[in-house]
Amino acid sequence: MHKESEIRDPLILGNKTYHDITRDIARPVEGKANKYWWILFGLSAMLFLWGVACIAYTIGTGIGVWGSNKTVNWAWDITNFVWWIGIGHAGTLISAVLLLFRQKWRMGINRSAEAMTIFAVVQAALFPLIHMGRPWLAYWVFPIPNQYGSLWVNFNSPLLWDVFAISTYFSVSVVFWYIGLIPDFAMIRDRMSSTISPMKKRLYTILSFGWSGRAKHWQRFEEVSLVLAGLATPLVFSVHSIVSMDFATSVIPGWHTTIFPPYFVLGALFSGFAMVETLLIIMRKVVNMEAYITIKHIEYMNVIILFTGSLVGTAYITELFMAWYSGVEFEQYAFLNRATGPYWWAYLSMMSCNVMIPQLYWIRKIRTSFIATFILSIFVNIGMWFERFVIIVTSLHRDFLPSAWTMFSPTFVDAGIFLGTIGFFFTLFLLYSRTFPVVAQAELKTILKSSGSEFKTRSHE
Amino acid sequence: MKTTKKYWKGLAQLNNDPIVENLAQNEFVEQLPVDEFLGDQENLSSTSSSRRDFLKFLGFSTAAATLAACETPIVKSIPYLVKPDEIIPGVANYYASTIYDGRDYASVLVKTREGRPIKIENNATYSNSRVQASVLSLYDSARLKYPLKDSKKTNWRTVDLEIKEKLEAVNDGKIALLTSTIISPSTEDLIKDFSKKYNNVEHVMLDSTPYDGVLNANMDSFGIRLAPTYSFDKANVIVSFGADFLANWMENEYATDYVKGRNPKSGRMSKHYQIETNLSLSGANADNRMQIKPSEQGFLISSLYDGIQGKTFDKRLSSIVKVLQSNLSKSIVISNSNDKNVQLIINAINQKLGNYNSTIAINKPTNLKQGNTNKLDNLLSDMKAGNIGAIITYNVNPSYSLAKATEFNEALKNVKLKISTSLYNDETASLMDYVCPDHHNLESWGDANPKYGKYSLMQPTISPLFNTRQFQESLLVWTSRSDYLSYLKEFWINKGVNWNKSLHDGFFDLKENKLKLKRFVDQSQSIKSKKSNTIELEIYETIALGDGCQSNNPWLQELPDPITRACWDNYLTISATTAKELGLSNWNVSNGALNGSLVDITADNLVIRDVPVMISPGQALSTVGMAVGYGRTKAGKAGNNVGFNAFPFLNTKSVTITKVEGKYEFASIQLHHTMMGRDIVKETTLAEYIKDPSSGNHRETYATYKGKLPSDQVSLYEEHDLETGHFWNLSIDLSSCIGCGECVISCQAENNVPVVGKEEVRKSRDMHWMRIDRYFSSDMTKELSKKEKLSAIDMFSEMEDPSEKPEVVFQPVMCQHCNHAPCETVCPVAATTHSNEGLNQMTYNRCVGTRYCANNCPYKVRRFNWFQYSDNDKFDFNMNDDYGKMVLNPDVVVRSRGVIEKCSMCIQKIQELKLNAKKSGQPIKDADAQTACASSCSTNAIVFGDSNNKDSEVWRLRNDERAYDLLDHLNVKPSVFYQTKIRNKA
Repeated sequence: MHKESEIRDPLILGNKTYHDITRDIARPVEGKANKYWWILFGLSAMLFLWGVACIAYTIGTGIGVWGSNKTVNWAWDITNFVWWIGIGHAGTLISAVLLLFRQKWRMGINRSAEAMTIFAVVQAALFPLIHMGRPWLAYWVFPIPNQYGSLWVNFNSPLLWDVFAISTYFSVSVVFWYIGLIPDFAMIRDRMSSTISPMKKRLYTILSFGWSGRAKHWQRFEEVSLVLAGLATPLVFSVHSIVSMDFATSVIPGWHTTIFPPYFVLGALFSGFAMVETLLIIMRKVVNMEAYITIKHIEYMNVIILFTGSLVGTAYITELFMAWYSGVEFEQYAFLNRATGPYWWAYLSMMSCNVMIPQLYWIRKIRTSFIATFILSIFVNIGMWFERFVIIVTSLHRDFLPSAWTMFSPTFVDAGIFLGTIGFFFTLFLLYSRTFPVVAQAELKTILKSSGSEFKTRSHE
Repeated sequence: MKTTKKYWKGLAQLNNDPIVENLAQNEFVEQLPVDEFLGDQENLSSTSSSRRDFLKFLGFSTAAATLAACETPIVKSIPYLVKPDEIIPGVANYYASTIYDGRDYASVLVKTREGRPIKIENNATYSNSRVQASVLSLYDSARLKYPLKDSKKTNWRTVDLEIKEKLEAVNDGKIALLTSTIISPSTEDLIKDFSKKYNNVEHVMLDSTPYDGVLNANMDSFGIRLAPTYSFDKANVIVSFGADFLANWMENEYATDYVKGRNPKSGRMSKHYQIETNLSLSGANADNRMQIKPSEQGFLISSLYDGIQGKTFDKRLSSIVKVLQSNLSKSIVISNSNDKNVQLIINAINQKLGNYNSTIAINKPTNLKQGNTNKLDNLLSDMKAGNIGAIITYNVNPSYSLAKATEFNEALKNVKLKISTSLYNDETASLMDYVCPDHHNLESWGDANPKYGKYSLMQPTISPLFNTRQFQESLLVWTSRSDYLSYLKEFWINKGVNWNKSLHDGFFDLKENKLKLKRFVDQSQSIKSKKSNTIELEIYETIALGDGCQSNNPWLQELPDPITRACWDNYLTISATTAKELGLSNWNVSNGALNGSLVDITADNLVIRDVPVMISPGQALSTVGMAVGYGRTKAGKAGNNVGFNAFPFLNTKSVTITKVEGKYEFASIQLHHTMMGRDIVKETTLAEYIKDPSSGNHRETYATYKGKLPSDQVSLYEEHDLETGHFWNLSIDLSSCIGCGECVISCQAENNVPVVGKEEVRKSRDMHWMRIDRYFSSDMTKELSKKEKLSAIDMFSEMEDPSEKPEVVFQPVMCQHCNHAPCETVCPVAATTHSNEGLNQMTYNRCVGTRYCANNCPYKVRRFNWFQYSDNDKFDFNMNDDYGKMVLNPDVVVRSRGVIEKCSMCIQKIQELKLNAKKSGQPIKDADAQTACASSCSTNAIVFGDSNNKDSEVWRLRNDERAYDLLDHLNVKPSVFYQTKIRNKA
């Protein structure tokens, strides 16, 4: 029932058969890791351990080991938090929203994008925890019945909304991801020999949840996927809207802005897609997925980046306009200070990386180049980190009373924890790429006939 | 080798008695009653505990025994064997006493808890930050804990025996008694007795900052070598040539009177002219300020004298002359000059204007400054010549605080017997043969006569912490007597003083004979204008440290200077223009902290290397300022090597400055100096105020469907019920606040605010619950930028630079206790909540430390415990010291790491007040409601009270036309409000 125009490019390259796909996807799980994997894994694990050491130092000594101060009470901690949460947006969008819109190209990338989402949310969730002065009491932010009398959480606080938003998002994402994985785990289970690797076989048997590939299973699988996609779609928009309310509901000029929810969601998608690109371009090399993650996928994502990037740019300019139009001197100064104050370089980095550089994607040659995309995706990642830094630090460092104005400078611990989360993220991702089917092969097989290159060539012959 | 020796345990073994074998086989000599126990089936089966229960009991008791074996922290708490009648644990006692350390005088109430003094309160008078902080100096573990002989521990018996013997043996020279100004009549008597016993005693008094100019001029003019009493409240015009009378000049009572004389409500407000070099606290509060080089001062004063005599005079003084002439006998003219001739002209001016017996009472002089530099110089030459057989120092530290300290130290070697009575083994004491450590003020008995007819008593509020002895007691012992208390009591009872009542009140008045004064004769000689091209130096004292005798007090070290806002340092203040000429600069590093260039300062044969430069608006061109009181080397761990010692330059007039390589890192708590055109401190002039009392204080209105309304009437939120019960409010009068910082120390003492040290302050992590913001005016204004058609970017960047001739405002800022508090809504765990009495409360126990509240606070008054500040060797201040911790207020919790803290409006005091009212069944009296800042404020700028009590002062102030909320457009409805600043300028 699928009508396809003649000019559309294939989504699976290299004359794959069904068995080829199975083999290709199972290979990283069954085979040995290559050199690149070990190098990357070693680096990531080292960064991760360094991050753990820095976190231990912080918790053991006090938040004072960071660069924050009485005026800038949040800096890299919350910047990193929002950055990671933002990155964790593309996955769900790709798998849920694109599923609802029947975008077949998502199949090559949705598994990894979702994995990235989950790992990014893990990093993000770390920051609200460790930025607390007394993280050992973090459970107080949950509305747990307690013996302290009528002591309850404050439902007015956006931080509490965060707790709910993130935990909901995380659990729905994990369930959604896992449901999609079941047929693929079953495939790996079936290929495993119970004599050569009984432990692995057992593990994948448990993970595949008794999947037998019966028609009824497939039917339920499709239904659940659709229902979860429906559930996850509003979450894509709600999580970052709520994160943005950490700022939007405050009184600080530069934070107190009604445009924040859509602006943050767009920014999150923007950065999420950039991170998906960064990861996939590396992954397709490291685990040999060149045939499944093609330039076509990259191009589609580049178009989304171009679109969301332009919208983010519009939001930046809207902010400036609103500051001027409001006539509020504090608001006006906050934005003037962002652009021309001591953190002008951060603002400039944000503007160039997020607004100007993605405009290069108007050029087809750049849009369809792996190298160019990789470089540009890094720029977007950097730019989006700076966006959060600009919003948080430059708004705080000069607010209402000039007597309290100061600046922020990170310490090695700030940097160490940030690098540590990057290390943790990549460690998780690399482990994932060796133990999980990195492409949703069961789903992919449904489009082999309509978009596999072999079938294309045949039909053109 | 085979041993044949055999040991046996008893005869039975030797004889191979079978009982031995039997016993060896049988471990239990007596049969265990197992059968008896197990056989009692009836009992066993009737018990309700099963085998499993038994195991449970066993498990539980093992676990309990294990847990009990764990060490629990031991809190030493020693109960009274016999409880003293006056002490009820948990209830504070107040004792009237006197603080006098040779420099600062105050009549005070000492608050003690369970026998420990923990807070100094003003005894219905004035004090200053150093007096407030002196309670911490009491618990300084760097104090001497026993007498020393040749820097080694010894006991009083040895010391006394040897000293008496050696004093009696002095026959080839004089015995010099080198003390601070003595204001204690009984001590003066004791010194007389001492002189009688040992002939040849020479008593020399010394003030760390000498006032010989004033004193000698008065000697010439009036025949008494004392300074007069100035009534700044009675003056309509105040002209001060460099005298920082609101901070450190002469004595510390002037600020109270000064503010009394500047009450816009009554329409009478003195006009204050300050003609000075450094920007002093007085200059910062002046209505008109002129910047001059120190060398110009003499000429200008002389010219002023010409002016009021109708002769030709310097144009710069024209408005002053006019105002002075129209306010005859209603003005005060003073100068900080130490030149007798200059002071003679000042006397002549005041005489000519008829100020004596009106605003200046020379017949009621103050006794607080009596130091005599001539006598000191004579003593020095005597010492050099070997004419001094013994020297005893009291309350002074000449090896540190004399300009000629090296000369003094050298001459000291010629003295055979050297005795110090210092509390510390300080720069001077460490050179002495004997150190007989004195008690701290709060451990001593004593009396004081600060002023003609005014007396106060000093009583101990704690038994001596260490094996020290009061100086007066030492004098008694050395004159073969003892018991200073009986001596003191007898002394006053003989004079007809009601001892018990006076001791209770702390002060008393005594009728004295009228002073015999000389008839005033004008002996002044006019001074010609001199041109000088050198860079001139003006030495000053800071509000915090004064002459540095309390250097080891970390509260004072961390009290920011009201003008430069830097702490833990002294530096060279210099104007921006002069700095630029010399290639010097200040700059901010990436975390905002302030850095400065370094210079070498040289003059004659003096040199100080690597002195940091602080660019200071208001500093006269081609001049520099330096504060004394720093650079101590033997003060203790907090005071040692903080800054540099400027005392050697005390008499230096001009200096050479050479830039050297390197940079210096300042700890400044305010990095931005102007208001950026914002409506933060609202101000108006007296003339405008008289026309319209709400001038300068018109709330902005916003267009609504009901018409234009101010922000407080367009709220979307539900209001707290503030009508019922109390509504605690705090009013801060920006016209009365002189920025002295006394409240900051008072708050620190009351609320156990930690000291965090220079590095943390530099990182903008000061912990003070209240700060006194200081803003300079800028040459750039919004109006000017409109006129010059500047872009907003240019305007704001120019606004950041303070003017070189700035107007200054001070604004104390603490938690504003918003009734729509931004902090309260954002806390996820509801650790900060609103009370129904208008207070914003902080529950430390509940705080998890997200710091969201601090971010969302528009006033940035919330403080986070970045580290554990108590019991932490990294923060080795009073909270890491067993003695230092004794100053902690037991009513206020010491906060742990990771929680937010802030001003609580002294909730513990409010609570005590309410409980007392409840017990007595009486409504709370307005005067009893006090916060620490309000009660310590010598100028009454801070007023606390219940706004629901319509008779209260604070209710009146809330409804005053001058009252305004800080950042009122946010409509956070603070419980703290400000009164507009009013300047008496055209």
